[in-house]
Amino acid sequence: MRVALFIPCFVDQFYPEVGKAMVSVLRRLGIECVFPEEQTCCGQPAFNTGYWDEARALARRYCEIFNGYDAVVSPSGSCTAMVRNFYPELLGSSPPASVNTFEFSEFLVKKLGITDVGATFPAKVTYHDSCHTLRELRLKQEPRALLRAVRGLELVEMTEAETCCGFGGTFSVKFPAISTAMDDVKCQSIVATGAQYVVSVDSSCLMQIGGWLRRKNLPVQTKHLAEVLAQT
Amino acid sequence: MNPNACRFQRAARAKAFDLRHRAIVAKNIATYHAAVARGLARFADWESARRRAAAIKWEVMNHLDRYLEEFERNVLARGGHVHWAETAAEASQQVVALAKQHGVRRAVKSKSMVTEEIHLNSALEAAGITVLETDLGEYICQLRGEPPYHIVTPVMHLNREQIAATFHEKFGTPLDATAEQLAGSAREQLRAEFLRADMGITGANFAVADTGMIGLCTNEGNGRLTTALPRLHVAIVGIEKLVPRLEDLALFWPLLATRGTGQFLTVYNTLIGGSENLHVILLDNGRTRLLADAEQRNALHCIRCGACLNVCPVYRTVGGHSYGTTYQGPLGSMITPHLRGWRDWSHLPYASSLCGKCADVCPVRIPIHHHLLHNRRNVIQRRLDSPIQRLAFRAWLWAVRSPRRYALGGRLARWAMRIGIAAPFAKAWTDHRELPPAPRETFRDWWRTNP
Repeated sequence: MRVALFIPCFVDQFYPEVGKAMVSVLRRLGIECVFPEEQTCCGQPAFNTGYWDEARALARRYCEIFNGYDAVVSPSGSCTAMVRNFYPELLGSSPPASVNTFEFSEFLVKKLGITDVGATFPAKVTYHDSCHTLRELRLKQEPRALLRAVRGLELVEMTEAETCCGFGGTFSVKFPAISTAMDDVKCQSIVATGAQYVVSVDSSCLMQIGGWLRRKNLPVQTKHLAEVLAQT
Repeated sequence: MNPNACRFQRAARAKAFDLRHRAIVAKNIATYHAAVARGLARFADWESARRRAAAIKWEVMNHLDRYLEEFERNVLARGGHVHWAETAAEASQQVVALAKQHGVRRAVKSKSMVTEEIHLNSALEAAGITVLETDLGEYICQLRGEPPYHIVTPVMHLNREQIAATFHEKFGTPLDATAEQLAGSAREQLRAEFLRADMGITGANFAVADTGMIGLCTNEGNGRLTTALPRLHVAIVGIEKLVPRLEDLALFWPLLATRGTGQFLTVYNTLIGGSENLHVILLDNGRTRLLADAEQRNALHCIRCGACLNVCPVYRTVGGHSYGTTYQGPLGSMITPHLRGWRDWSHLPYASSLCGKCADVCPVRIPIHHHLLHNRRNVIQRRLDSPIQRLAFRAWLWAVRSPRRYALGGRLARWAMRIGIAAPFAKAWTDHRELPPAPRETFRDWWRTNP
């Protein structure tokens, strides 16, 4: 099987190790990956700020690049939601690239039917539901199923798992006080579990959560799901 | 930035790390969530119930002209009176005129957000008519000179000690008074006023087209006293409150109660069938503008249960008073720009992380957070964005349309991060949080060597 990688700009620039980890998991499962190098950004920042003309130009661009692939896999629930849920409204149609883009855990569990990827990660972990992954893509059990199959990993639930971390794209810098207070509530809930790691499928949430954990010297590390699954 | 946006930012900053506020609201909302979980369990199929409710509201909104006229005909047939008000000021003037015409000196009011929307109390007081709030929460608001903090639970931000302090100051009750003592003291004040008042003022939870009835849901019985004891009853009704048939309440009553408070039914569900003493004021006040917007018309489906406020992490952080609007939280950010103007309220659609919890709990399935996205697009289309932001997005688009320019821009940004040059937007981040370390190699750099 051959899949195209959609590495969102954010991951490409700031979290390249997340992209690499996803590639290593996919290759371990015998999947051939291609990376169309013309890709840049899906347009979500513009779309969420109200610049729909700008976002539409990037949506068309994305579809031209990815329309020819049977499956496109991305290590971001948020960007996948943009492509799959919001492109149809933005473009007035559902191009193949929009329909065939999958979030990483969704691709493994729902498309391939795999939950055990042969990973080992002996640590106590709590999972943060990113809002787009949970409420746009409706993925709640998929990332948890993958985590439960990891050898040595203990998954503990936090009470505020489904509560927003406060990132929200430009919201985090337009309303920094609100955003940070939400981050504080989230991080208190994470710390209360006693977990060593908080895991999510969106690097943007993890940047927000990690930014507060480190500012407050709280003893929890952030990890993307792909980074956990890449450990053997 | 417009003055409302500045006020909102200031208020939000003041509340964001007010830990006492956070604790009180968290406690009250936790109680709410526990009750709602029990309430939802009583529905055989909650999803079908909300689909049905959304379909009924869709039918009403798409034929609102007919349902309004049917409602009017049926109120008149029962001997009641119907007045139409296009604006808030017009509605207030109509109530004042009715009061003067009937020699009203004192009025009692049952909890109603629409009367907050039209600022009725100040209009009546300016005309020399005293108004007393009879819902306990609203009564406390009135004593404190505060607007309601929440559309359903007006004093969600207060704990018993704070309410006891207010009562101590006003009536000399003990500072450590129990909830029962406080309610007893309020009842004493209110009962006397019910008997003296000449006019009872209510809103309407529902207006039933096929019977011409007003449906009121209250938990304290004050709605009944307000409508039954004074010789005149004025009901101010937003035109979106219509349901087609009396039997629809069999669905809407439990739906509203379950999401509103977790009750299966509100304690008192009163239907007022009209008499010559009933005056209904049908209020537009911007609603027809929303009705004309096919994309967001279903925002008028809202039955004001308040669930979207309770689950909203932004509402919980900033509190109801920070918005400066009658309707707070996701609901307010959705409808206020439509009702009160884009120029003054364009910041509200942006005051959301778009987490989508609001839409998940909405009993009439309004895609609230998607409407916030639509509102943001409307703000940009009306060119109410800052020129700097507009320019920044144009430059960004120019960059990301070319992989070469994108890669160069990324390299520059990461270099700036490494040597500590903080762009203005980065400062809004770094003042509160750490930035991740900027890597030297991007994914695409790595891919070229590991394809």
